[in-house]
Amino acid sequence: MDTYCVRCGAPTGEGDHAACRARVAYDPPRYCPGCARRMVVQVSPSGWSARCSAHGEVAGNAQELV
Amino acid sequence: MTTSTEPSTATDVLAAAREQVLERGEGLSQQQVFAVLQLGEDRLTELLGLAHEVRMRWCGPEVEVEGIVSVKTGGCPEDCHFCSQSGRFESPVRSVWLDIPGLVEAAKQTAATGATEFCIVAAVRGPDARLMSQVRAGIEAIRAEPATAGINIACSLGMLTQAQVDELAAMGVHRYNHNLETARSHFGSVVTTHTWQERAETLRMVREAGMEVCCGGIMGMGETVEQRAEFAVQLAALEPDEVPMNFLIPQPGTPYEDYDVLAGPEALRTVAAFRLALPRTVLRFAGGRELTLGDLGAEQGMLGGINAIIVGNYLTNLGRPAQADLDMLTELHMPIKALNETL
Ligand code: SF4
Ligand SMILES: [Zn+2]
Ligand SMILES: [Zn+2]
Repeated sequence: MDTYCVRCGAPTGEGDHAACRARVAYDPPRYCPGCARRMVVQVSPSGWSARCSAHGEVAGNAQELV
Repeated sequence: MTTSTEPSTATDVLAAAREQVLERGEGLSQQQVFAVLQLGEDRLTELLGLAHEVRMRWCGPEVEVEGIVSVKTGGCPEDCHFCSQSGRFESPVRSVWLDIPGLVEAAKQTAATGATEFCIVAAVRGPDARLMSQVRAGIEAIRAEPATAGINIACSLGMLTQAQVDELAAMGVHRYNHNLETARSHFGSVVTTHTWQERAETLRMVREAGMEVCCGGIMGMGETVEQRAEFAVQLAALEPDEVPMNFLIPQPGTPYEDYDVLAGPEALRTVAAFRLALPRTVLRFAGGRELTLGDLGAEQGMLGGINAIIVGNYLTNLGRPAQADLDMLTELHMPIKALNETL
């Protein structure tokens, strides 16, 4: 289970992430869900990739990560 | 007494626009754009209808489709207050360079949508030698890739020197994007690290070198309605080949992170007003339309003056799936502008 919000980097179990969820269709993940490090993100016309220096590449549907 | 529901007087701005813009192809003045921007929602349908007629009359039914990609993301030394890629703000966007295979892949993804334009963008004040050589190698690789045959390559690399302008023109870059972003009178509150005049100077050199000029901006950055009208006529005075219209996406960590997203009707009214100021220009739906307008609004914009779109994702934000836009164009019976028309 993810620990941190990929949009704001705060723990998913704390605080309100409704605004993050509302925006996640248009924002690729920015924070690693496993450790909250800022990830290196590359957006392309039909996708995105996000890499955490500790946990490697995160890919897929950002909506599932908030 | 004249109310906004009685549009029949001789001075009515839409009646004047019908004669001036639709019939004669002359864009509205600043005062007229301002009047259009103040029309009530009860006249929005009429306004969008007129803007659509103007677009069909002076541009035709084709829609120019473009894909974009960021070759160098983040870490920009400038301080454009809307931008998640400025190194001056606590933005979650980290610096990254796209390699040549990545650039070619992005061009292929763009070409697969039927797009005729592919724009290579970098978050810089202006290009250095490394960026220029990356762009040169990228363009050569895209040209050598059969799946992207003939696609027009545009660039957006910030402010240029004359030598860089000449270099890009020699590489065959067909259009250069450099946005003035907002009205001249508002620019200083959006950007402090360079001036409107510096941006205008790059645009002048681009035009003189024979590249097409693409220059637009972002709506919803705290500008007044007067300043929106000012911006429309300042753009018209440049006679740009293309004007991309963005709507502010409040980005975390930037000075504008708490700004409201422009209301849908206001965004649509602005689109139509810009079309009436720029009857012949390629007017492109760009970033932020998903957030401010949603799916329905995208369609209303296409029927309200827009004749070009960016499909797929943006530089740091995601768009709706390209196929959703292509299906929308099919439903609207708007053909995608073909490559052979632009060659
Ligand atoms: S110059 Fe471009 S990338 Fe740099 S802060 Fe301004 S808008 Fe962002
Ligand atoms: Zn969050
Ligand atoms: Zn991690």
